[in-house]
Amino acid sequence: MDSVKVRVKDLDVYYQKFQALHKVNVDIEENKVTALIGPSGCGKSTFLRSLNRLNELIEGTITEGMVIIDGVNIYDYGTDVVQLRKKVGIVFQKPSAFPMSIYENVAYGPRIHGINKKIELDEIVERSLRQANLWDEVKDRLKSSALRLSGGQQQRLVIARVLSVNPEIILMDEPASALDPISTAKLEDLIAELKGNYTIVIVTHNMQQAARVSDYTAFFLNGHLIEFQPTARLFVNPRDKRTEDYITGRFG
Amino acid sequence: MTTRVASLGSYNQHGKRGFAIRLRKEAAVERLLLLSALVSTLAIILIILFICSKGVPLIARVGLGGFLFSNTWNPLAGQFGIATMVVGSLAVTFGALAWGVPLGMILAIFLAELAPPRVAAVMNSMIELLAGIPSVVYGFFGLVVIVPFIRVHIGGPGFSILAGAIILGIMILPTIVNIARDAIKAVPREYKEGSLALGATNWQTVTRIILPTARPGIIAAIVLGMGRAVGETMAVVLVTGNVTRMPDSILAPVRTMTSNVVLEMGYASGEHQMALFATGTVLFMFILGLNLAVTASMKARD
Amino acid sequence: MKHLHSIRERIIYAIIWLGALFVALALLAIVGYVAVKGAGSISWAFLTEIPSRMGKEGGISSAIVGTLYLTVVAILISTPLGIGAAVYLTEYQPRRSRFTRMVEISAEVLAGIPSIVFGLFGFVFFVIFLGLGWSVLSGGLTLSLMILPTMIRTTQEAIAAVPAEFRENSLALGATRWQTVSRIVIPSAVPGIITGIILSVGRSVGETAAVLLTAGSALGIPILPTDPARSMAVHLYFLASEGISMERAYGTALLLIIMVFVINYLANLSRRRFSCRLKT
Repeated sequence: MDSVKVRVKDLDVYYQKFQALHKVNVDIEENKVTALIGPSGCGKSTFLRSLNRLNELIEGTITEGMVIIDGVNIYDYGTDVVQLRKKVGIVFQKPSAFPMSIYENVAYGPRIHGINKKIELDEIVERSLRQANLWDEVKDRLKSSALRLSGGQQQRLVIARVLSVNPEIILMDEPASALDPISTAKLEDLIAELKGNYTIVIVTHNMQQAARVSDYTAFFLNGHLIEFQPTARLFVNPRDKRTEDYITGRFG
Repeated sequence: MTTRVASLGSYNQHGKRGFAIRLRKEAAVERLLLLSALVSTLAIILIILFICSKGVPLIARVGLGGFLFSNTWNPLAGQFGIATMVVGSLAVTFGALAWGVPLGMILAIFLAELAPPRVAAVMNSMIELLAGIPSVVYGFFGLVVIVPFIRVHIGGPGFSILAGAIILGIMILPTIVNIARDAIKAVPREYKEGSLALGATNWQTVTRIILPTARPGIIAAIVLGMGRAVGETMAVVLVTGNVTRMPDSILAPVRTMTSNVVLEMGYASGEHQMALFATGTVLFMFILGLNLAVTASMKARD
Repeated sequence: MKHLHSIRERIIYAIIWLGALFVALALLAIVGYVAVKGAGSISWAFLTEIPSRMGKEGGISSAIVGTLYLTVVAILISTPLGIGAAVYLTEYQPRRSRFTRMVEISAEVLAGIPSIVFGLFGFVFFVIFLGLGWSVLSGGLTLSLMILPTMIRTTQEAIAAVPAEFRENSLALGATRWQTVSRIVIPSAVPGIITGIILSVGRSVGETAAVLLTAGSALGIPILPTDPARSMAVHLYFLASEGISMERAYGTALLLIIMVFVINYLANLSRRRFSCRLKT
């Protein structure tokens, strides 16, 4: 049943002269949750953003190596970045609804990909909001500004927006770090529901969260992937001394 | 509940061809935006090119010295000397600076350091209104109020350097105040607090710490105010009398370079028209020099 | 010693307050004088009748139409150019690139060029070289160059205030750069752009020298963009400088001041609403 969705080979990323990632090799399983942990500045966010080529939005970024998704290296010349980013969605740390209505926020993705029929859009908006567990809270005020939603609601709206373009992989960059505990719990429930249909990669600095939601965990330190194991094994029985130091709270 | 709906497969219907079309469309849009970004630069080049091409040949024929330093402006007889107008422009400009700069500095200090927030807000919007009043309205006000006042109470014909300087002094205030105020406000708070902590009074702090620190901005304010005054046309033409005679006092009438153009463009042709463009060329080069000096000094500060 | 200081400082502060008071009074004097003298001239006939006998009789309707026409043409030309330039500089160029610097310096220089020089250029380039004649089009094109720096700068500021996350989120959804700019960035910057447009309207309405040299001074109502036109400011210049009708000159001046004040008020309104919106 297990199959590799994303295969990363010898990935190096440089910001100007600073090398943020060193020869990272990892296989990410399809329809599983993979957590990335490590101290701040260890390269986990850089790694995440390299999976849909978002790093290149930062001037002076150089990427070497391969990221193979469904058998195709996304860094090949001639890759359609638009199709790639549609397939690999991302949820950022800070919930950021666009300054438009709730409906328009979710409809934005389908619209930019050429869907304009009201019936289709209505269907996609409702389905995405339901999937993101937000429908019941907002179904009566779809036309009101999304900026009036709470932080937790905005984060689920962002997830609905990502789901609206029908991705296969969802990247999450510390999605709960700006949320209160109740919103965080809702978000974790949502991740559990989405898993099985989507390949999810989540960056978190909360190790309990990694343990709760993920199937696999990768530990990064100073731009190196130190250890990658099924979550249960990594937390109970780390192979590397540095992993052990980190998860037992000895640094970071 | 979380199964994917089949109809969404339509995202990919364009496939590789859609990709190519999109790339081409994006590139076309980028080229269009690039073009609109180039308009300002292009405009400057065209302005220099077209004005000089009409003005420089005449200057070349008359000689730069003859053009700038001869007192005789008799276009119908082919005599083109703009010395009286150069003097006229400089006289009204320095007259305006003589009282506009001190008053502008007073206002800038007032707005940046002294005024209670509410007073400052009211003053700022007043300055904005001053900047918004069209120059021809200033000229009109000068014509109906200031010129008669000078004639009756001070002497001379009223149309004079003084009248021009008074009107221009008010007109350049917004330029000077806005730039100088921002320069003063940009002085780091710590400088001020450091000075006050040493026992300096407010005013000592202003004159010994804040103004010297803000000096580059203040100089820029004065230079740009000067550019504004030299280039001003409609306000001046209505109040300075426009004679092409060398002035002997500030109560004498003068013609500025700008006035010369607006007064005679309506009927000038041939060499006469070229001489007006030559006047414009001199004016333009002067202002370009001032502007580039400010830009360069600002850049040097960065 | 301390005492001496405080007396000196008090005198200095008194002078500064007097300076501020003087400027306030100067503004009031100009506006008040024109208002008192001009209020009687403004009537329905003044606003709607065409000037006759060079403006000695009749109203100023053609000058009002000319002013609005010129302004609309200038705004229609410079708004897309200004937005395009600002978008290119902020969204398509690396920050602080040499190209950006070049355009910014050009815009600064353009903003410093006196209107009479613009007039000369508009005359030799639009009127003669391009053969557009003295016309609304020539005048509007000349004005559009004069207001372009304001349009670029205000739009740049408005775009810079759009949070970076909006762009990142949009691009991450697979939007192209232009889709992101046209659907997220520009709409978010609209209030700032409107402020720029209003400020530019103010500049166009009051402009005289450049319009005189490029749009002509015909007294009829312009219909086509190729028709010559006279703006209110130009009309005021002729009325006053040739002493044609002081009564009508006061009326025209007052109308210009009212227009500029209304425009100023609208600009402040839109600026305030813009800053409120960014806070929420």
